[in-house]
Amino acid sequence: MSLQNFINDAISPWMNTEGLDNDIVLSSRIRLARNFEQVSFPTSGDQEALSKVLEYMQQEFDQQSYKDFKQLQLVKMKDLKPVEKRVLVEKHLISPSLAEKDETGAALISKSEQASIMINEEDHLRIQLYYPGFELSEALNKAQELDDWFEEKIRFAFDENRGYLTSCPTNAGTGLRASVMMHLPALAMTNQINNLIPEINKLGLVVRGIYGEGSEAQGQLYQISNQMTLGKSEEDIVEDLKSVVKQVIENERRAREWIMEQLGIQLEDRIFRSYGILANSRIIQSKEAAKCLSDVRLGIDLGLIKDVSKTILNELMVLTQPAFLQQYANKHYHQMSAMYSVLI
Amino acid sequence: MKCQRCQENEATVHYTQVLNGQKTEIHLCEQCAEQEGYMDFSNDNMSIHQLLTSMFPFDQNVNQQQSVSPKHQLACDRCGTTYQQFRKRGKFGCSNCYHAFEAYLNPIFRRVHSGNTKHVGKIPKRVGGNLHKQRELEQLQAKLQQLINDEAFEDAAQVRDQIRKLKEELQENQDGDA
Repeated sequence: MSLQNFINDAISPWMNTEGLDNDIVLSSRIRLARNFEQVSFPTSGDQEALSKVLEYMQQEFDQQSYKDFKQLQLVKMKDLKPVEKRVLVEKHLISPSLAEKDETGAALISKSEQASIMINEEDHLRIQLYYPGFELSEALNKAQELDDWFEEKIRFAFDENRGYLTSCPTNAGTGLRASVMMHLPALAMTNQINNLIPEINKLGLVVRGIYGEGSEAQGQLYQISNQMTLGKSEEDIVEDLKSVVKQVIENERRAREWIMEQLGIQLEDRIFRSYGILANSRIIQSKEAAKCLSDVRLGIDLGLIKDVSKTILNELMVLTQPAFLQQYANKHYHQMSAMYSVLI
Repeated sequence: MKCQRCQENEATVHYTQVLNGQKTEIHLCEQCAEQEGYMDFSNDNMSIHQLLTSMFPFDQNVNQQQSVSPKHQLACDRCGTTYQQFRKRGKFGCSNCYHAFEAYLNPIFRRVHSGNTKHVGKIPKRVGGNLHKQRELEQLQAKLQQLINDEAFEDAAQVRDQIRKLKEELQENQDGDA
């Protein structure tokens, strides 16, 4: 396994496996925030201390394997070209803010790309686990195992009352952020999504578009995550999120049945038009690509399109991002912001 | 409408937060809003979490005082982060900041974690011992109550015995520590 695989392959190996309810839930993610007890947090900007954290992690964990996680590889931000960092961001292996930490930022990534531990992001460690489909409990168990493994060697900052101590008070306690990425085209088409989002927010959960915080939903992909990290156990946080996600899945299924009945030929037309655009266009904007991909994926899930793989959406969502395309085309695009991208 | 903080100027900054169905409104004049960090939009990445952290509550008792209160001079003795810096950035500098600013943290945690201030989740193995048992005891007591409500008295009797045993163990450990 080399760094080149992380950057050259659009699809992470774990995405190829099928998960529960994966016609609607594309992936589940668990993130645990942890800090070394005696070291200033990354937010303090103490570069010397952070270099020591990085050095320690490299010494103890680079090229190590633990249970399902084979050959964890430490990738330092300072060794990466800007476009390579952007590819890792687009694959969700690192966050945009880690990509900016040129001096002390790094990530420890497993061969399957299912586990990625960000080092010196906002906290010393951010343990992230990805699972295909709706597999939050499984992802939580694995994240806890990895956490236990690190804990054998590292004394994490912990307080009886405040739990795991993090840079930001919004993460203190469990340090747990659980999230699912959902494809909700029927709820979007019937405009129900606009009523649903405030309802979900009222339950203390956050809904947002997929490419990070604040961006608009691309291709009808939404991320739902917990907001509260203190005062509930890890299991309860995950269970509460799961029960809401289950309801959203049911609503989406009902909406899909409804649009099949009500829109009939119009729906088929929309789906096959999008298919036609993707199959035949030579130049396409990322945004339009995302919309068409959403339609095609819906067509596959509804059984209208039969000869295309389900994982196409996961793969093409990454493939059609600007940095990946640049890497793919292997040449420089001067006007990145114009976002005109060539789809193969 | 007068500013909630200084009670003098006209309130021109209005904040409405709805969290878990609970609505909170904050009305401030521009100066106070700036001092409390409500006008700080200079951060290049405006994230949902930053938004939340910028909504820290006010302490009513500083309302009448001018800018320099003892609280604002407070600093962490390990990393040097001052309380004011913490309030402005919404980020702690190190784990010791939690102890240094302890007296002022409950309202903040309550606000960002739907009223909660105490951790009930995972405990590192090294902390171990009594804390694990204490947690187990709390869970068993909740279970006992549930069983009594369900009128499952045989099961309840078993749980009651478990609780008794755990309490004895805890008592022994505490005596040992003393």
